[in-house]
Amino acid sequence: MTGLGALVRLALRRDRLLLAAWVIGMVGITVSTASTVGELYGTVESRQQLGATAGGNPAFLAMLGPLYDPSTTGGVLAWRWGVFGALLVGLMAMFLVTRHTRAEEESGRLELIGSAVVARHAPLAAAVVVALLASTVIGLLVALGLTGLGESASGSFALGLAFASVGWVFTGVGAVSAQVSESARAANSISGAVLGAAYLLRAVGDAAGDEGPTWLTWLSPLGWLERTRAFAGDRYWVLLLPVALFAVLLAAASVLVTKRDLGGGLVPTRLGPARAPRSLGSAFGLAWRLQRGTLIGWTLSLFVLGAVYGAVARGVEQMLEANPALEKIISQMGGAGAIVDVYLASILGIIALFSAIYVVQSTLRLRAEETESRAEPVLATPVSRFAWVGSHVLFATVGTAVVLAAAGLGAGLVHGARVGDVGGQVVRLVGASVAHVPAVWVVAGLALALFALVPKLSSASWAVIVVFLVLGQLGPLLQLDQWAMDLSPFTHIPKVPGAEVTAGPLLWLTLVAAALVAVGFAGFRRRDVG
Amino acid sequence: MTAAISVSGLVKTFGPTRALDGLDLTVREGEVHGFLGPNGSGKSTTIRVLLGLLRADAGSASLLGGDPWRDTAELHRRLAYVPGDVSLWPNLTGGEVIDLLGRLRGGLNEKRRAELLERFELDPRKKGRTYSKGNRQKVALVAALASDVELLILDEPTSGLDPLMEAVFQDAVNELRGQRTVLLSSHILAEVEALCDRVSIIRNGRAVETGTLADLRHLTRTSVSAELVGAPDGLAGLPGVHDLLVEGKRVRFEVDTDHLDAALRALVGSGVRTLTSQPPTLEELFLRHYEDELPTARAKGAMSS
Repeated sequence: MTGLGALVRLALRRDRLLLAAWVIGMVGITVSTASTVGELYGTVESRQQLGATAGGNPAFLAMLGPLYDPSTTGGVLAWRWGVFGALLVGLMAMFLVTRHTRAEEESGRLELIGSAVVARHAPLAAAVVVALLASTVIGLLVALGLTGLGESASGSFALGLAFASVGWVFTGVGAVSAQVSESARAANSISGAVLGAAYLLRAVGDAAGDEGPTWLTWLSPLGWLERTRAFAGDRYWVLLLPVALFAVLLAAASVLVTKRDLGGGLVPTRLGPARAPRSLGSAFGLAWRLQRGTLIGWTLSLFVLGAVYGAVARGVEQMLEANPALEKIISQMGGAGAIVDVYLASILGIIALFSAIYVVQSTLRLRAEETESRAEPVLATPVSRFAWVGSHVLFATVGTAVVLAAAGLGAGLVHGARVGDVGGQVVRLVGASVAHVPAVWVVAGLALALFALVPKLSSASWAVIVVFLVLGQLGPLLQLDQWAMDLSPFTHIPKVPGAEVTAGPLLWLTLVAAALVAVGFAGFRRRDVG
Repeated sequence: MTAAISVSGLVKTFGPTRALDGLDLTVREGEVHGFLGPNGSGKSTTIRVLLGLLRADAGSASLLGGDPWRDTAELHRRLAYVPGDVSLWPNLTGGEVIDLLGRLRGGLNEKRRAELLERFELDPRKKGRTYSKGNRQKVALVAALASDVELLILDEPTSGLDPLMEAVFQDAVNELRGQRTVLLSSHILAEVEALCDRVSIIRNGRAVETGTLADLRHLTRTSVSAELVGAPDGLAGLPGVHDLLVEGKRVRFEVDTDHLDAALRALVGSGVRTLTSQPPTLEELFLRHYEDELPTARAKGAMSS
């Protein structure tokens, strides 16, 4: 394919820091987690005990999948980090593909390349090669690193390749959505929705209990990772599924790429209105127009996510009844009611982390408007910088409350219906979900401050979410020092429902967020635009 | 006459690059002012400072009697801006963008909006992402030209327009002459020559020449060629005469415009059969300010070889 080599080299050159960060980050987190688990849970007995308490916890089943075999460090690692690690590899792959296909096309740079001697499929192929390469390198280095720690080579490679396989699948997903959509933002939204669905399908399947629809897990690439059973049977043949899916997706994308014009999507753009609606006449009106799609999409998604998790909550109790040994442990912890609350609190914590993605997305809309030279014409009108930033920040902050309330509403409606107390559960779970808002606001504040003070590093806001996710997910397992855990605002949110709510942390988190937002406003007032 | 824009000693650096290096610029109220310079000479940077998007490192700038950095919002009520590289929101139609920008500025002249759309042959129902560069520029131009404002700041507004549309643009600006002050940045000399009352030529972040086209021509040479009755006499010794070429009774030379009179007298002394004289075009004017870059570049090449 003419030009493929040159385009791959160009992509590797452009992304050398980004790729290095992903590979080093993913391999580093995985291997250091394994090594710390090895130190903290050095004996088989201690790991079995961890398995009995944490591994049997239904909340963990929904969040992380089953713990097949706690007898080895690798088995504990595969359970605790497998799904989340794979989620990150999938994100990386889809972002990489969009970045080198649809985003390039949108900016017009691909046109420049397309006019040079380059085969029609070459830009897509180059993006796919880079994403495959990155996923595979992560997988292999994880496998080698774990083998180096003394884990079984077979299990290490099963886990490493399972990580890589999720990257392969989302390389394919990214390739298809880049063809279907007309903007990089839409392409990432489609791929992100597929990733979210993959997580959700396996969550429902895993937590469904023996009589429930456990087969749902088999519909999810993240479920395939679980079912590969790394360090617990190493079923390599399961990895044929992602390979096959990748092949199908790639074939679809390469057919689609020939069916459309450069710059266009599959669906031809229709003519729109010749006049602007009354609402589009202020900075706020423009922000609403630009943000509403994201906000509505997130509100619906988190409502569904909440509802699905809410539906599982009742199953949690039933699983307890079927397992007397576990029930004993649970009753020591406060009874079945308490364990359902623990479950609900953990899923609301995860949902809050998801909503941080929304808040960064909507805050960084400011940066996108700036770099794509659309801020300039607006700021050359009487719209002040304060109003321009404020209109978007309003959506980020109020939007956070909206999407989290939707998640709580979804969970409350479904769980309430199943336990026969809709009103009570809705109030309880909406409240519990919205309690996370101050922590998410801190993320918004950080993103805004970065945008205002070091605009070139705005996208580091995404890294902030990853850090908070890793702290929240791995911190307790690794018994990190409290100060490290305290770096994440999510650590300070009371574990509601169940825990007692104290206003203190919510109040000072809000203050921290407000201070960061104020820094953002002041910083942006002082800096150059463009 | 009062100044709509007055800039002196403006300095703006981006890291090691000195984009503006003591720039002076005065635009009088009601005039169409050409802001001329090649790519990268600092035109857009100056405009961004005037719009309060960039903060100058040194020097002073005043716009419609206010401080562009401090009084941003109030000043922007009185001006409209067309950026050099117009990018539109992919999901908004051209018509929506025109209305949005107009409303943000405090309202559009509906009649002019409709008329300009027709003259620029722009379909306002298309989505932003489907417009070509020229059509994106038209969207911004219609929004600016249909606004009832005092000042238009146009940054290379026609770089994507075809010659027909360029003519429509020139007509539209001419119709507004006297009612608006216009700062027109451009590197298209014919456009500046056709539209501008006064011109500032900028180079490496400094204004090197300012004045009416007539003023500027005065500083430069007129080329003269003539067929004489007798042999030319005394021309060679005259001050201000350059590149004299004599072929029998035919002469060609260039003369500094303020020495034109003496040179013509010398010609008349020998009897004139035919005479053509050409005032310098803006292009020659422009090149005169940049011609030394050519030898410098060549000298560098010679040294390195």
